[in-house]
Amino acid sequence: MSLADTVPATAPHRAPFGRQVAELVRRDLVVEARAREALLVTFPFGAAALLVVPLAVGTDLALLRQLGPGLYWTVLLLFGALVALRHSAEEAPAERDLLALLGVDPEARFVSRVASSTVLLGAFQLLLAPVAIVLYDPALTGWWWWVATVPLVAVGVGLVGTLATGLTRNLGERTSLASLLVVVLALPLLLAATQILESARFGVRPWAWLGLLMLVDLVLSIAGLLSARTLEEAPA
Amino acid sequence: MPVVRLEQVAVRLGPARILDGLDLQLAAGEAIGLVGPNGSGKTTLLRLLATLQPPDAGTGQVLGAALGSHETLRVRPHITLVGHAPALHPQLSLEENLRLVARLADVPSGRVHTSLKAVGLVAARERPARHCSQGMLRRTDLARTLITQPALLLLDEAHASLDAASAGLIELLVAEVTARRGAAVVVSHQPERLAGVVDRLVALEAGRLVGGEVPR
Repeated sequence: MSLADTVPATAPHRAPFGRQVAELVRRDLVVEARAREALLVTFPFGAAALLVVPLAVGTDLALLRQLGPGLYWTVLLLFGALVALRHSAEEAPAERDLLALLGVDPEARFVSRVASSTVLLGAFQLLLAPVAIVLYDPALTGWWWWVATVPLVAVGVGLVGTLATGLTRNLGERTSLASLLVVVLALPLLLAATQILESARFGVRPWAWLGLLMLVDLVLSIAGLLSARTLEEAPA
Repeated sequence: MPVVRLEQVAVRLGPARILDGLDLQLAAGEAIGLVGPNGSGKTTLLRLLATLQPPDAGTGQVLGAALGSHETLRVRPHITLVGHAPALHPQLSLEENLRLVARLADVPSGRVHTSLKAVGLVAARERPARHCSQGMLRRTDLARTLITQPALLLLDEAHASLDAASAGLIELLVAEVTARRGAAVVVSHQPERLAGVVDRLVALEAGRLVGGEVPR
């Protein structure tokens, strides 16, 4: 049997940018659904971390209400970093070579990884929220500010994790360096997210903090897109 | 115009000079076998030809694109590299891996089934890559060639993990590419298995090409 008889000979193309992103996001989410590394492993630890403080503080509800928002975001950013740096989304060198030879844009790879991380981080925030509400009994005034904050934090942590992964990909101490980078780069996100809930609790409209969150996301997006080709093409 | 033309190309990786003063020309419709001991630079040469490794010295063109230039981005979809490590995601099935390639390459999805059939993996198509043998992974990687239909096919350690029955695939794939006036470079540690597959053999030693011969 000749293979030329079975496979038509046409020149190869490449998918447009949007489809490249969609295909890679779909792959990442299918892989996560099967590996169950991000949510099923990380969520119980995040919930347990939220439980530690009420166990220590006891029934001092006023103190718990005060600590709640800050602890929620701290736990979210620390454990969210694990979601953003999840092993299951890493590509082996051979897979990276394959994507490069298929003509997949480095920017599409960056955007797709951020997008899939954002979906998972959004789910992580939604899962942690009821746990925090039960344990800390926070005042739910201005809850809509939290709704606005969730996607911005998810995008921000997704961006930070993707950038940290790219910057440390070829380094020997990747795991520890990437985590350190995430913590440093995510500090403005933690500050803004905490202050948004604090301001809302006291009836102050936290536009400035929301603006900071958007600015951080914008700066990280630009940095990621501008450095995507350099980071992806860096020799191993 | 040749598919590949290298003139005095050198590649360094850190302090080591992996390829040194290398000249090579590959015409359309030609297939060459590349042999040499471990560490002689065979894989680096394939990555150079795949435009994934820029040269540090010398000049070269692959499919008309100057190596190390942005032109290489244009020709990459016409190059297929099958390395010694499988380019498959372990959590995806063999078919899902190939389907992803077909979608990203923007080719008809029907080619996935045809290629799986050609490498004898239709029955195992739904098996996750992590549960497959090295031979099955190798054949799936080779099936990729039938989906992308490259103008330049690069096979590293072509016969690794393939049993005698499957080894005939290499000959068929190379013949398919050269029949379309493409070119192929086949690395193998078993030069005797390249007889009838390639037009000539070239040997690499310490980063330099040392002569060539027509395999019997």
